[in-house]
Amino acid sequence: MISFELSDEQKMVRDTVAGFAGNEVRPAARASDETGVIPFELLSKAWDLGLVRGCLPENVGGYGDPRIAVTGAIVAEELAYGDLSFAVHALAPRLLAFPVLEMGTEEQQHRCLSPLAGDQFVAATAALMEPYFDFDPVEMRTTVLRSGGDYVITGVKCCVPLAMESETLLTYVSASTKDGLSPVEAFLVPRNAEGVRISEREKHMGLKAVATYEVLFEHCRVTSENRLGGERGINFARLLSESRVAMSAMAVGVARAAFEYARDYAKERKAFGVPIATKQAIAFMLADMAIEIDAMRLLTWEAASWLDKGLDALKESSQARNYAASAALTVADNAVQVLGGHGYIREHPVEMWLRNARLFGVIEGVAIV
Amino acid sequence: MIDFELEPQIVKLLSVYHATAENLMRPISRRYDEHEHEEPWEFWNAIWSASRNRSAQGVEPPPASARNLFTCLTTEELCWGDAGLFLSIPNPGLGGAAVAAAGTPEQRARFLSRFRDGKPKWAAMAITEPGCGSDSAAISTTARREGDHWVINGTKIFCTAGLMSAEKSEGFVVVWASVDRNAGRAGIKPFVVEHNTPGMTVVRVENKLGIRASDTAMLSFEDCRVPLDHLLGSPEVTPEGGFKDVMATFDATRPIVAAMAIGVGRAALDFVREFFQRNNVPVRYGISTRRQTAIERDFIEMETQLKAARLLTWRAAWMLDAGLRNSLEASMAKAKAGRVVTLITQKAVELLGPLGYSRKELVEKWMRDAKINDIFEGTQQINLLIIARRILGYSSKELN
Repeated sequence: MISFELSDEQKMVRDTVAGFAGNEVRPAARASDETGVIPFELLSKAWDLGLVRGCLPENVGGYGDPRIAVTGAIVAEELAYGDLSFAVHALAPRLLAFPVLEMGTEEQQHRCLSPLAGDQFVAATAALMEPYFDFDPVEMRTTVLRSGGDYVITGVKCCVPLAMESETLLTYVSASTKDGLSPVEAFLVPRNAEGVRISEREKHMGLKAVATYEVLFEHCRVTSENRLGGERGINFARLLSESRVAMSAMAVGVARAAFEYARDYAKERKAFGVPIATKQAIAFMLADMAIEIDAMRLLTWEAASWLDKGLDALKESSQARNYAASAALTVADNAVQVLGGHGYIREHPVEMWLRNARLFGVIEGVAIV
Repeated sequence: MIDFELEPQIVKLLSVYHATAENLMRPISRRYDEHEHEEPWEFWNAIWSASRNRSAQGVEPPPASARNLFTCLTTEELCWGDAGLFLSIPNPGLGGAAVAAAGTPEQRARFLSRFRDGKPKWAAMAITEPGCGSDSAAISTTARREGDHWVINGTKIFCTAGLMSAEKSEGFVVVWASVDRNAGRAGIKPFVVEHNTPGMTVVRVENKLGIRASDTAMLSFEDCRVPLDHLLGSPEVTPEGGFKDVMATFDATRPIVAAMAIGVGRAALDFVREFFQRNNVPVRYGISTRRQTAIERDFIEMETQLKAARLLTWRAAWMLDAGLRNSLEASMAKAKAGRVVTLITQKAVELLGPLGYSRKELVEKWMRDAKINDIFEGTQQINLLIIARRILGYSSKELN
């Protein structure tokens, strides 16, 4: 039955995360962007909210909360509303945890999830993107071949968050059906494995506080127990959908941050003796931004709710993500425009949100619900 | 809990409406577009008796808790068939909506019971005037009290189903008129004027860009006398009275207009999709946008925009059903749907090239039909104004 109402628990989660994001994450965002570092103390606080550990099963030390994509979208939006860099960094361990939780073998769950169930933030990550303009997750150039009982991975990945500090890189690769594999497989590659080379930290226009890396796989040999899901492999379409939902949710957060700032500024800033928000040229921009933010969120929740029903949501999540990517950029751009020259100055955060909003149409796979 | 899945029972009911759209509306769609002002009585009689039968058999479902949402859903289905014919369907229409929103329970019973049986009937709402559209507070039609009657004078335009309501059925027109011109919007009140009341005349029926099957009338009122109890609600002029009722009507009707737009947009999209399938033009969803063709990107964009509009519309209707104030969300739905469907249908014509432009197919008609949704029940701009006031916390004095 159609409903647009969050459950009481979701409202509670939203309020808790929103409070943290607004009061603690946002004030640190500019400094993080300039220095490229997120204070560890803040990551610890986010960790204490159980954002990663909560959904892990009790037998590995988690709380055993149900994993709900709509709730995940709410969390991602609120954290990104505080700061996109922070959201990606704090939630990066989910990039490993959730696919293993959903599709890993029992042994893999125990091996990979136990370290993420401790009291301190532990970095973890996944490698999906590749450094090609026409990168497409359904046709990746990083490949895997069977070699005896092992697997050999070759290729280049980019935009891998926290690669340097993560023990395991969950690496997505193209595989051949001739090898008895699915078109896309995922491998738990130890960072120290032979043939893994992590480049210098990447430099991006946005998402500047998250350390991301290019990772080279040169005939990197991994054993069969590192094939995610074992002989069953993975349901990549589902993981991709979960990633796209997370990315759209974060896009909503960034757009909302930019919109609210521009709205408040427009009510304060005077021109010709009146607040600029009383001029239709500005007011209509803000109205459009508000519509787009709600539209993005509803598309995101729709895709998320299909996931929660266990249904295929590749189309819905792709639509949501493409829509959100484009709308977030427009909203952030308009926010800069509302502030005029001041929007271009780094004293105000809107230019940072414009840089961050550009991420969504370009990069995939740095978040998951 | 967030849920976007329609119940099977609702889906089943919608298929009945879809069959009506497909079998009763589509086949005559072109005819009543090309022959404006002809009256599709066969269709009207069929749909009138079908819906009377449904209510008699107790089939009409909508539980009160989903009434507005259900109306949006059926509206989308029927406008997928034909938006002009949909607007021409004999029913209480906007006149009925005004009675429901502003009338007392006694008035509702008195004016609306006629729609239960007998011959097809219409009711219309007359608010726009030659000198005022969106600025409804500037209404110059007056109602002055004379003994036990109100005497109405003025001219109304753009009155949907005005001809059928005023002259050609046992219907009525709800006329918004000022009882005290010095009181501004507070003085504006709705009056029920019964069909063929002396003093009310249909001056002309407009020729339009689209929705041609629906009559759009200009009505004049010259010393048109109606009984005192035809004023809906309270005659008292209070600051919060009167115009508030117009707005309350809009909260319910804007999502419906949005749903109308969505029905037309879906018709165009379905046509394009089937055309692509027949001609082996692929549309690939999961792949990177940088590998998609321009056509794929356009088509997926159109689909997503339509869905965004639909979700905003469902939300506005759902809020109303849940008893929540929805003025902001209703305007958002209306503004979004009116705009995107205008663009979607224009793009559909473009994607189909000469086939889209040709009157052999209905796509060009849908483009013409779609445009009205960005205009009536509050233009795009008026809805943006309402949204802006809400999100900024401004009154109409502060932001105008």
